[in-house]
Amino acid sequence: MTDPAFEVCDLHVPFPSHGGKVQAVRGVSFAVQSGQLLGIVGESGSGKSVTVLAAMGLLPESAIVTGEVKVGGVDLLKGTKKQWQAARGRKIAMIFQDPLSALNPTHRIGAQVAEMIRSHQNVSKQAAAARAVDLLDLVGIPQPKDRARQYPHEFSGGMRQRVMIAMAIANDPDVLIADEPTTALDVTVQAQILEVIQNIQKQTGAAVVFITHDLGVVARIADEVQVMYAGRPVERGDVHSIFDHPSHPYTRGLMGSMPGLGNDRLVPIPGAPPNMLHPPSGCAFRVRCPHSVPDCAVGLPDLRPFGDIETACIRAEELAVKVEVS
Amino acid sequence: MTAAADMHIGDSTTTDAVPMLEVQDLVKMFPVREHRGFRSVQRFVQAVSGVSFSVPPGTALGLVGESGSGKSTVGWCVLQLLKPTGGSVRFEGRELIGMPRKELRKLRREFQMVFQDPYASLDPRMTVGAAIAEPLQIHKVPGDQDARVEELLELVGLSPDHARRFPHEFSGGQRQRVGIARALALDPKLLVLDEPVSALDVSIQAGVMNLLEDLQGELGLSYLFIAHDLAVVRHVSDSVAVMYLGKIMEVGPADQIYSKPAHPYTQALLSAAPSPDPVSERERRRVVLQGEVPSPINPPSGCRFRTRCPKAESKCAEEEPLLIERGTGHPVACHFPETIFVDQGAPVSFQPSDR
Repeated sequence: MTDPAFEVCDLHVPFPSHGGKVQAVRGVSFAVQSGQLLGIVGESGSGKSVTVLAAMGLLPESAIVTGEVKVGGVDLLKGTKKQWQAARGRKIAMIFQDPLSALNPTHRIGAQVAEMIRSHQNVSKQAAAARAVDLLDLVGIPQPKDRARQYPHEFSGGMRQRVMIAMAIANDPDVLIADEPTTALDVTVQAQILEVIQNIQKQTGAAVVFITHDLGVVARIADEVQVMYAGRPVERGDVHSIFDHPSHPYTRGLMGSMPGLGNDRLVPIPGAPPNMLHPPSGCAFRVRCPHSVPDCAVGLPDLRPFGDIETACIRAEELAVKVEVS
Repeated sequence: MTAAADMHIGDSTTTDAVPMLEVQDLVKMFPVREHRGFRSVQRFVQAVSGVSFSVPPGTALGLVGESGSGKSTVGWCVLQLLKPTGGSVRFEGRELIGMPRKELRKLRREFQMVFQDPYASLDPRMTVGAAIAEPLQIHKVPGDQDARVEELLELVGLSPDHARRFPHEFSGGQRQRVGIARALALDPKLLVLDEPVSALDVSIQAGVMNLLEDLQGELGLSYLFIAHDLAVVRHVSDSVAVMYLGKIMEVGPADQIYSKPAHPYTQALLSAAPSPDPVSERERRRVVLQGEVPSPINPPSGCRFRTRCPKAESKCAEEEPLLIERGTGHPVACHFPETIFVDQGAPVSFQPSDR
């Protein structure tokens, strides 16, 4: 097997604050092959966004990032700022949730896409402008030549998100990170944007990391799924296996609280997510878990192979039997 | 949820009881000035253009639509928080539009609102207890207010000693429970809920939805439930109205709308909504709508959906389809309605239904 296009190893990100260290990410690892789409699912505060911001080197100086972030086998965390800047946008690019705040309101759309190209490639202004129009066409913006001369405020939310995708793929990156790119959009527009991302991936063969809180979106587009809770992965595997037989009580809890699968009564997860200043010892989910035992409080459970997936639940074997019986 | 709802959807004339809420031909236009060079022209945003529906007592009507469909404006107009441009809003048979202010104020305790963002609607310097007691003071409700606050907190699943705390000490789900307690303080008959769970994580959202379901049963409330999330609306509502660009496209019992949608827009919405099942998500053929919602300042002639409709013909531009029963079991505003049977969002076979 070839080296993965993108690999994160044992990433830790604490933020110093008045009350102590907020441990946003506490040991996250994953790898994505070229042409694969990894969906990272979690609720607010699970550390999914901080993980990818750290991987992009976009966190504020106060954040202490340790671990490895490898793009094409090269660890970016060990490199200099300049090396990182060269990689960002060229090798690894990101699509944000809110395109309006990521675009400059005073510059024309075409110019902003062209700037992205010229900051990494030595091409003429004319060539970059022409390429920008091609990119806008590629992401499905009608009349790309005219639209390139317009400003961000003249674009709708869905169209702006297409521009963000065009900018992200401007330099043919090996890794594409999408952080909740469709959360602010209506469902019919979301369906369009998901299609664009899937098409782009097919055409460029990039490795994609897609962050979302929506299990439905993951079910539609992901090849692999990693579920996060309280800054750690709790489960990972092939999308069909995860949805077919989730091993972790948290994943099951998420699925039980989703409306729409018939008119049964929903089963919410009791309690609230932990305070990351003082996360619970051991498995962070144990305080809300219906199956927790004293052993759950001991040691941080890492992902371990379990059938065709990986799980961080120490009781996965017993619980799987229980589910089959009931 | 309740059997009564299944029978008299959108057709108040056959209902024996007076509907809790009856809205007819509701219109709301917002004036805007458009600048053309040196001239400015008065135009109107047609947010709601002739919407009619009714909510029988003890039932929940879900109003779904995408942003800009006018669903929230309908909610605000129903509560008279916005003055409708035209039409009629009747609460238990009494016309609210044009009602003298004093009389309306008295009647307001009967219908209350739950907002999307309870953090914005709660005063950060007021304890939660004081916030819940405020409507009691305004309406000079006799009796022990502290006891009533405690009772309300327990009703929404919080503990009585939460009354002394401030909004920032609560999580999102708890704050929404406070918002619900406050809306319930005056014993209303009707709640208008505007995106009450869309700001919450799914695991928390489920608890609030269960609470809303329980309260409806316990207190016999009627709901006008406004949301963009189809699955959430399905879970809470007895009947559902689908809105697009200020008009209702289709209305009917929830299970009919979701299992046998007849309007192309409803079908597209259902097919676009992601469901947590990788197999059906990959196999089903999806109607991906092209383009975006047109401007409500200058809506399309005829059917408002025609510019994005895969089935549009010349008739759709010339003649506006009325919201009437067209052999589909429930009213639909489309010249060419065609029922498709869906199972959890995935089109399957044409089976005869039990209804």
